[in-house]
Amino acid sequence: MTIASTTQLICFVVLSVTLVLGALGVVLLPNIVYSAFLLGGVFLSVAGLYLMLNASFVAAAQVLVYVGAVNVLILFAIMLVNKKENLAAIPGLGLRRLLSGAVCGGLFLLLIRVAFTTPWPLPGPAAVGEEATIRIGEHLFSDYLLPFELASVLLLMSMIGAIVLARRDVLSTDVITGELVDQGLIEKERTPLLLEKSPR
Amino acid sequence: METTTVASAASTIPLQAYLVLAAVLFCTGVWGLINSRNAVRVLMSIELMLNAVNINLMAFSDYLDGQLIRGQVFTIFVITVAAAEAAVGLAILLSLYRNRDTVDMERFNLLRW
Repeated sequence: MTIASTTQLICFVVLSVTLVLGALGVVLLPNIVYSAFLLGGVFLSVAGLYLMLNASFVAAAQVLVYVGAVNVLILFAIMLVNKKENLAAIPGLGLRRLLSGAVCGGLFLLLIRVAFTTPWPLPGPAAVGEEATIRIGEHLFSDYLLPFELASVLLLMSMIGAIVLARRDVLSTDVITGELVDQGLIEKERTPLLLEKSPR
Repeated sequence: METTTVASAASTIPLQAYLVLAAVLFCTGVWGLINSRNAVRVLMSIELMLNAVNINLMAFSDYLDGQLIRGQVFTIFVITVAAAEAAVGLAILLSLYRNRDTVDMERFNLLRW
């Protein structure tokens, strides 16, 4: 984007701070509804970063798909399973958090080291800028055609799978013979099937 | 209207800044994935990690591969797969909630030996 370097720097700093604080809020806040809304903020700031990286089409796709679809889906799921439950205390939870924090810190240090010691071939070729959308279209219909078609099949499969997994009602009659299906096996008066059967 | 073909190497922000930002986001996502008790928050952590990977891809695409922007194409595919993953994951979560009456990750131990 053709914006002044100071403006670019300010935009980057603001977006980064929003991104990091939002991500920490998503992970750490006790109320999960706040986490979901902060996740929307994280997605929006990632879209802003894409705009700074000369990718207006992907930024628009990010806003449409992530903020418009995934985040709304997560909010609906929260509303559907929003039950206040007192989580049973687990022994060694603090130790587990410390250990996983150490592992994540080590991973972070490793990634930082890779980022700063690898000799990136900079400066690369000049960015295409606003022509990026045209280039993406050419890629999608020439050398990435097979993944593009597979993605459509994947979306159809996941749509059908999500419907099958999440629906509650069952057919009351058998499709072939036409007689009544024993629904008690499948779902009886909304009683959970596996609640008391687990070994522990 | 001037065509905006700015060489990204002339930009004031180094490539490493984006990489560090993505690393922070990824590690936050990993920590949340391990430590969340709520299953919905686990799915949100996965989305954070996917976004970190996308930031990396986009930064490399702009700084190192400015002509053939293959990173952007990959990001579009990742967004597609992430949408499918979120839909199926939340459907599985609803089904689990209906069967076990909880969203606590510690009580989803049906497959534990």
